[in-house]
Parts: sequence; structure tokens; C-alpha cells
Amino acid sequence: MSLNDLGLIIGISLMYSAPLMYTALGGVMSENSGVVNIGLEGMMTIGAFVGTTVAYYSGNPWLGFLMGGLSGGVLALLHAIASVSFAADQIVSGIAINFLGPGLALFLSRVFFDGATMTAPIPLDRKMPRPFNYLFTKGSFLDLIFNQYATVYIAFLLVLVVWFILYKTKIGLRIRAVGEHPKAADTLGINVFKVKYLAVILSGVFAGFGGASMSIAVVSNFRATLISGQGFIALAAMIFGKWTPQGSMWACLLFGAAQGIVVYLGGTDVKVSSQILEMIPYVLTLIILVSFVGKATGPAANGIPYEKNEA
Amino acid sequence: MSKMKKILALLMIAVLTFAAVGCSGGDKTNDDKKPAEQTEEGNKTDGKQLKITMVTDVGGVNDQSFNQSAWEGLQKADKDLGTKSTYQESHQESDYVSNLETALDAENDLIWGIGFKLSKAVKAAAEENDDVKYAIVDFSYGDDTPDNAVGVVFKQEQPSFLVGYIAAMMSETGKVGFVGGMESEVITAFDYGYHAGVAYANKVADKDVKVLRQYAEAFDDPAKGKAIANSMYQQGADIVFHAAGGSGDGVIEAAKEQDKYVIGVDRDQHDLAPDNVITSAMKRVNVGVYNVVKDLKEGKFPGGTTVVYGLEEGAVDIAPTSDKHVPKEILDKVEEIKKLIIDGEIEVPFDEDSYEEYVKTLK
Repeated sequence: MSLNDLGLIIGISLMYSAPLMYTALGGVMSENSGVVNIGLEGMMTIGAFVGTTVAYYSGNPWLGFLMGGLSGGVLALLHAIASVSFAADQIVSGIAINFLGPGLALFLSRVFFDGATMTAPIPLDRKMPRPFNYLFTKGSFLDLIFNQYATVYIAFLLVLVVWFILYKTKIGLRIRAVGEHPKAADTLGINVFKVKYLAVILSGVFAGFGGASMSIAVVSNFRATLISGQGFIALAAMIFGKWTPQGSMWACLLFGAAQGIVVYLGGTDVKVSSQILEMIPYVLTLIILVSFVGKATGPAANGIPYEKNEA
Repeated sequence: MSKMKKILALLMIAVLTFAAVGCSGGDKTNDDKKPAEQTEEGNKTDGKQLKITMVTDVGGVNDQSFNQSAWEGLQKADKDLGTKSTYQESHQESDYVSNLETALDAENDLIWGIGFKLSKAVKAAAEENDDVKYAIVDFSYGDDTPDNAVGVVFKQEQPSFLVGYIAAMMSETGKVGFVGGMESEVITAFDYGYHAGVAYANKVADKDVKVLRQYAEAFDDPAKGKAIANSMYQQGADIVFHAAGGSGDGVIEAAKEQDKYVIGVDRDQHDLAPDNVITSAMKRVNVGVYNVVKDLKEGKFPGGTTVVYGLEEGAVDIAPTSDKHVPKEILDKVEEIKKLIIDGEIEVPFDEDSYEEYVKTLK
């Protein structure tokens, strides 16, 4: 294994992890405020569709990325209305979002692309920029690692931002308080509903970013199968990372690295069936989960709707 | 609060209904004429309008791939043969059976299942309803084909052979790649047909081009497809052929980013990356579908058998846009090879065993 192989594996890990990181951060926001969000997958899907469609028609990937996030936020708003205002079962509402996201994306795709369930590809020069493209020699170790789309770097920045918000600001403290003990927070004069709304909508925005980072960076078009399970993997990564932004980041990176290793091994002469290789990310996750991570405890009031008037 | 919950329940129902409507294009007819008058009693002549429907795979009818191609075949049949065609879209695998039921209730004469994933559902339906005819694309029931059903398969190894030849002739690094979706009869045929094409080029043009092969183990993981293609380009391949459905989007993306060549599959994928897709191994499902409908119309429905379409019937080919990147002398050669394949001079292998056999004949 040469240095370049290592570079390739790291590069693949980063490409793979970035969309998961955005979405997992979305999960962190929502669940720290006490709202379970299994609708991340649906929010990712709509974000992926809107992101690439806006980027295609406007020619501006940044606008696409932003709108992708916003569209995820709109779906999250529905989730918030159902699960915060109406105190509905958060799982049920999340499942509804997971139906709504892909359904809406396909429906709109047909409207905007002459009935096709696949959007037209964005030309390479109108995709997300790659800040370190041409900085290093093509195919060299550093190029393989750092020649990534801007969305990858933004994902890491966002980890930092979310960490800062959650643990270093007043609003972060409020979010966590609401997730741990909403009644106590309410007594202290925190507007529980407002805080939850904010957190859930932000979670949709992040998941939308995650989807858009698939459709305008990893590839350049949307199709119905583009988001197939990443939302759930991100959800698992968030739990794996014990509901913290930094933990989620490591979990996503681990999953990405496992995929990188699978691709690397599949390309060598090692005679292992690709079906077995395909299990590596999941087996690795299980092993690490069982042996190193220990008990994962979420926010105490996670998943329990808060109803003000009840005794 | 309970009132609120009721409102919420209603809201959720609305949301779900909307989602379902968004999903299903539903049952669309080709034109607005109602065939209500065309009852069997009223039409004993041979001119009876045949009712045909197709149940799509999860890709839906506008998947820009084989579902769409099949639908085009039926539309052509409507125009040329005066049949009346409709389609039912499936959005998840659990839709297959219910869509086949709906198709049956609509009293169709011929019901198509598009794609091998529907094979079980179509077979079960065919066995239960022997007065209705069924057909399946991309699957062969072999000797177990019900008498009222027909399997339609394509010799995907033939266009793969041609693109393999093109890849080997155009490679400057002496390495080309193949990215497969999941191992299955169909994808294996792409795989070995491609290998054989490269081997043939090595023999006739005295080259030594190697093939890197890797499977994504998914048809819906473009990130994986991209990672594999990147890895192949990194290892020195300069042309990669993919037969990986949605994962292939990632393969094409990698070619775009690395400014390398890539070969598309199923349809002409030139539009996805005009500078990089040099050719595509095309499967014209529409030709196969049309031919079977024509046979039915002429009373020659090949029930109980599997029909195989290849170069001879024009059902597989390389993309018409190939001349944009592939030099003319190579394309001229490709035409000659096509003739050799049609004449049976070259028997293109479709799995590991036949490939081994084939390679021996080259020595």
C-alpha cells in the first residue's frame, strides 16, 4: 500500500462523510431540544432535489446549496408543527416526512424536467467549487486528500459552529435545557415551543444541506435513488456520537473511512468477495459501538412531547 | 388537547395522501379515447383493438432508461399497430403485485413487467390467469415459462463487446475499467462481454490492455461508484465502462472531474457528460417490446418461450453519438465486428465459463 493509496482512502472517506455530517448535525440540533427526527431522510431528499434544480436553473451552486437547506427547513417546519404544537408522536410525523420528501421531489422533478424523474446534470464549472483544485499535483497524496468540494470543508466548519452554539451560547444552553427538562426550562421563563421550533427547523436546514451536498458536489444531478438510507445512517451516527456534534463527526468519518477501505480493497488483488467487503462498514461500526463507545444516553426528555397545561 | 390531536390526525392523512399522489403518476392512458365500445361481443373481427399495459420497475416511466424505452416501444405499437397502451408505475417493490392486479382488472390482453425485479410477481400472475398474456423484460424463466408468458432478454454482451473493443483501442495507458452494479446474470453479461471485447482488441491489434473490475454492490450508491472510478483512474485506467444504474452517475461524475473517458450503459448517456462519455452500450428495450406486441397482433405470440434480441434485430447497439469521440477508423472496424457477430463468426461470451472458452480460441 503506497502513500497514494492512503490518500485515496482518506479522500473517499471525506467525500462519503460530508453529506452524513450535515445530516447528523441536523439530528443533533433537533434531538438536543427533545424532538426525535427520523424525518432526516426525507429532508435530505428534498434538499438534494431543490439544491441541484436551483443550481441548474440559476447557474449558482451556492444559491442551490442554500435553497436546498431552506427546503429541508420547510419540511422540518411541518415536523415541528406536528410534533411540537400538536404534541403528535414524533416517530409518526417523521415517517410522514420520509414519505413526503421523496414524493414531493419526484413530483416537482416531473414538473421541472419534462416529466423525467431525473434532473439534468449541472456542468462541471457550475458545480460547487473545489478550493484546492490545481493547488497540488494531480493525483498526488495531498491532492487526493484535499482536492474536495467546498461542501466538505463547510461540513467541518459547521461541526465547530454547532458545537459552539450548543455549549458556549445562551441559546445552546436553552436548547439543551428544553431537551433535558422542559418543565424546568418553562418555569425559568424559557419559551419551550419557540426553542424547539428553532432547533427542529435548523435540523431540517442542515439535512437539506446534506442532501444538496450529494446532488451538487458528489454527483451533479438528482434521481429517485440518490438518497437511499443516508438519512438513517446519519441518525445512527448521531446516536453513535452520543448526541454531540463532535461525536457525530467522528462517527460519520469512521463510516466514510470504512467505505474508503472497502473501495480500496475491492480494487486490489486481494481475493475477497465484494459482498463480504460490503459488510465491513457495518461490522466495523458494530464492533466499535460495542467495545469502545459505551452507554449512549440521549437527552432525558427526548421524544416526549411537551404539553404546557398538563399537570 | 384531544381535539388538537384529531386535527393533527387529519393533517397527517392529508400529508400522506399528498405524498402518495406525488409518488404515483398513476394509470395514464396514451390518448383520451375510451375503449368502452370495444367490447368483445361488438368486435369479433381481427381488427379488435388490443389492450396492453406495462408495470414499471421502481424507476418509473420517465427513468431515462429501460422503463422509458419500453414505454416508447408501446407508444410506437399504438401508432403503427393500432393497439391501446397504458402504464402503471411502481414506486416500491411492494407495488408490483398490486399493479399487476390493477392491470388484470382493466382487462388488458397483454401485461408487461419491466425489469427482472418483477419476475416473480409476473410469473405468479401468469400462472393464476391463463387467459391473459404476460411478458417480462430482462428475465428468462427457461423451461418453467408459463404458456401464456414470454421472457424478453437482450444480448447485452454484444454491445459490451463492442465498447470493450473501442475502449481497448482508445486506451493510451493500457488499462481500462469496468464498474458493475450488483452481480447478476445481466450485469455479468456486460462484464464478460466487455472483457472479451478488450481481449479481442488485444489479439487483433496486438495490444496488451488490462481490465480493472470492481462491483459497487449497489445500483443506488453514486458516491460508491464515484469512489471506485476515482480509484481506477488513480490506478492508471483512462477509460471506464459502467453497468451500475444510479451508481453509474458517480462513475460519470468521476470522469468529468478527472477529465477522463467513460462509457455509458442502457441508453445513450452522452448528454450526462458530453466531453467524457465516448460511447454507450445501448439496450433498445423498445425494439424488443414492439416486436413482441407485433407478434401478438399477428397471432404469433411466442408464449412459453424466451425471446432473445441482439444486434441482428437492432435491439442492442453502441450509441449513435459515438462518432464525436471515437475515431472513424475504429468505428469502421466496429461495423465489421458487428457483421462478424451477426454472422456467428464471433460468439460473444456472457459469463465466466464462456469467457474462458472464448479466450482460448483467441490464442
